[in-house]
Amino acid sequence: MNKFFIMMGHTYKNRVKSKSFVITTLIMLVFIFAVSNLQSIIEQFSGDEDENRIAVLSESEAWAAAFERSLVSSEAAAAETYEGTLEEAKQEVEEGSYEAVVHIRTGADQLPEATYFANQIANIEASEPVRQALQQVKIEQVTEEADVAPETLQQISTPVSFELEALEERAKSAEELNQTRGIVYIMLFFMYFAVIMYGQMISTEVATEKSSRVMEILISSVSPVSQMFAKIIGIALVGLTQFAIFLTAGYFSIQQTIESGSASFIDGLGLTTIQPSTIIYAVVFFLLGYLLFATLAATLGSLVSRLEDAQQMTAPMIMLIVAAFMIAMFGLASPDSTFITISSYFPFFTPLIMFLRVGMLDVPVWEVSLSLAVLIGSIALLGWIGARIYRGGVLLYGKSSSLKDLKAALQLSKKEKSS
Amino acid sequence: MTLRLENVTKKFGSFTAVDHLSIEIPEQQIFGFLGANGAGKTTTFRMILGLLDQTEGEISWNRGRIGYGESHLIGYLPEERGLYPKLKVKDQLVYLAKLRGMSKKDAVEEIDHWLERFKVPEYKQKKVEELSKGNQQKIQFISAVLHKPKLLILDEPFSGLDPVNVEMLKEAVVELKEAGTSIVFSSHRMEHVEELCESLCILHHGSPVVHGRLKEIKRSFGKKNIRIHADFDTSYLQSFKGVTKYKPLAEGCELQITAEEAAAGIFESLHGRGFVRTFDLEEPTLNDIFIEKAGASYE
Repeated sequence: MNKFFIMMGHTYKNRVKSKSFVITTLIMLVFIFAVSNLQSIIEQFSGDEDENRIAVLSESEAWAAAFERSLVSSEAAAAETYEGTLEEAKQEVEEGSYEAVVHIRTGADQLPEATYFANQIANIEASEPVRQALQQVKIEQVTEEADVAPETLQQISTPVSFELEALEERAKSAEELNQTRGIVYIMLFFMYFAVIMYGQMISTEVATEKSSRVMEILISSVSPVSQMFAKIIGIALVGLTQFAIFLTAGYFSIQQTIESGSASFIDGLGLTTIQPSTIIYAVVFFLLGYLLFATLAATLGSLVSRLEDAQQMTAPMIMLIVAAFMIAMFGLASPDSTFITISSYFPFFTPLIMFLRVGMLDVPVWEVSLSLAVLIGSIALLGWIGARIYRGGVLLYGKSSSLKDLKAALQLSKKEKSS
Repeated sequence: MTLRLENVTKKFGSFTAVDHLSIEIPEQQIFGFLGANGAGKTTTFRMILGLLDQTEGEISWNRGRIGYGESHLIGYLPEERGLYPKLKVKDQLVYLAKLRGMSKKDAVEEIDHWLERFKVPEYKQKKVEELSKGNQQKIQFISAVLHKPKLLILDEPFSGLDPVNVEMLKEAVVELKEAGTSIVFSSHRMEHVEELCESLCILHHGSPVVHGRLKEIKRSFGKKNIRIHADFDTSYLQSFKGVTKYKPLAEGCELQITAEEAAAGIFESLHGRGFVRTFDLEEPTLNDIFIEKAGASYE
């Protein structure tokens, strides 16, 4: 047990002192700061821009006036009646003195019809208010012709009252759901990031020891099984250290943003009012998910003889987590679909998908327990198989890294078991 | 604490790497394992260390199998040299020594002692990848002996070293033996084994072809060698009584004879034929014995 801690400490110390650790931590800190201050950063950039001026050429002055009036309410742009030809107006848009030109003509049934000219038409945010304003003008004209009373008109244009309310007592309210979606989203991202980064770290660690052949000395002093788990726990501590730094930085960064009063974006992510149960689930699923993938990574790493092959060997693991991530992204929109329910029991998907379900739905306790049991069972099974492959794998050297090696590694350790 | 192997066999699938090997390695001795590449030396060592399990047979040391509980008593220098390339020599050795149950303080003391001894104290703070191969090997040797093991297993300890360093390492090995360590080492260099070992075993395709104490092996082999340098033609000795092998040299010849008694007759026959510069009656070399026993040339 003592050797286990020596090895774990060694793995941890070496990693934390390494350049790559310091650099990734710094990059992530910058990223966290940027995300928590996104609101102010965006405002910083968009605040300077002038209001968009739109030139209006209209065949009817009444339309132009109505259009200008209607556009004022949208605050997106200001319309100005343009005294000149369409060609001149287009010229001015190209030169940049106007954002766009709207040419209003009389169309079928004496109703207005328009063309929107701008340098770029990809930005729908710019043209949409113009279209809506014109729609308003058209509705006004039609209703006027139909002799509708102004009150009726008022009623038509008032938006309908539409509220969402869940019938199941413990189902999440719409507001809660939005918040959980935020935390689930962040958790999914963290999980994905952690598995790819720390999983890769473990397999590289094992592969380095194998390729430098220091492994043979190591396994003559420490059993491969405690070696494997010393690595997994050691790297887990590296991860926890890193996440502790991130969370502290994130917490202070968010606190600061809230104090400065521009927290609406963070509110949207649900970061200000997280339920304790969600946090507990997040930690549990995160740790179990890490253990599962880390065991897989250590096993795969023990099969390669050269560092270059480690990437190739861990590709299937990366694919699993990518798949889980994609499914989870789909699940954010429809967490109650059958597909999501089924995949939440597949151990490699459970940490992400089951967490998503408990975060967003009211999942019965037995379902969560079942998935946790399957997950823990798989970790134990994978750890057992992994330890055996690891025992044989670390003595196995060859050019290729393939399933044949897996068989050979198992065979090597099977002989050992028979005694 | 005698190391005992009884009828040990190791099979990898249908391939037999070690075939019914029975040896006894007494305490405080240097035991040599000889054999060509692939003869089964490394596999035998791995079985002794418990890294591999034998298919059949028994291995015992210190009243039991060597396991991880005994790892502080065992030193191992694997054939494939390997250290952490990015770690400094000192950190590396301290880590490996701690895994063998040493305290950090003791380890640092021993490291200083050994680096001094191998005349490389300036490498203490250098990364291993910056050292030459020969110097890396010295560091690796230190890692195997740092914790003063009771049983030291050296797999090809001298390969790839220059003669000066080979001597340095040999001295260290002999010194360790005198301090009470049992040493098992393998080599494909016959002369190293002849020089250092009291007992030895020659493996050929996994089976022991020669095994026992060096002196007894040579004595019981019986055959001896004679080297003659003479100014006249010695080819008549080819069919002389008691001569089993004849090899002409530039001036003279080398003979293998069935027993020491035959030498007298040969010496007599030379008399009166001319001037004899050298007449040398030699012990058989291990190489001769190996060729005889394994029926194949060694190198």
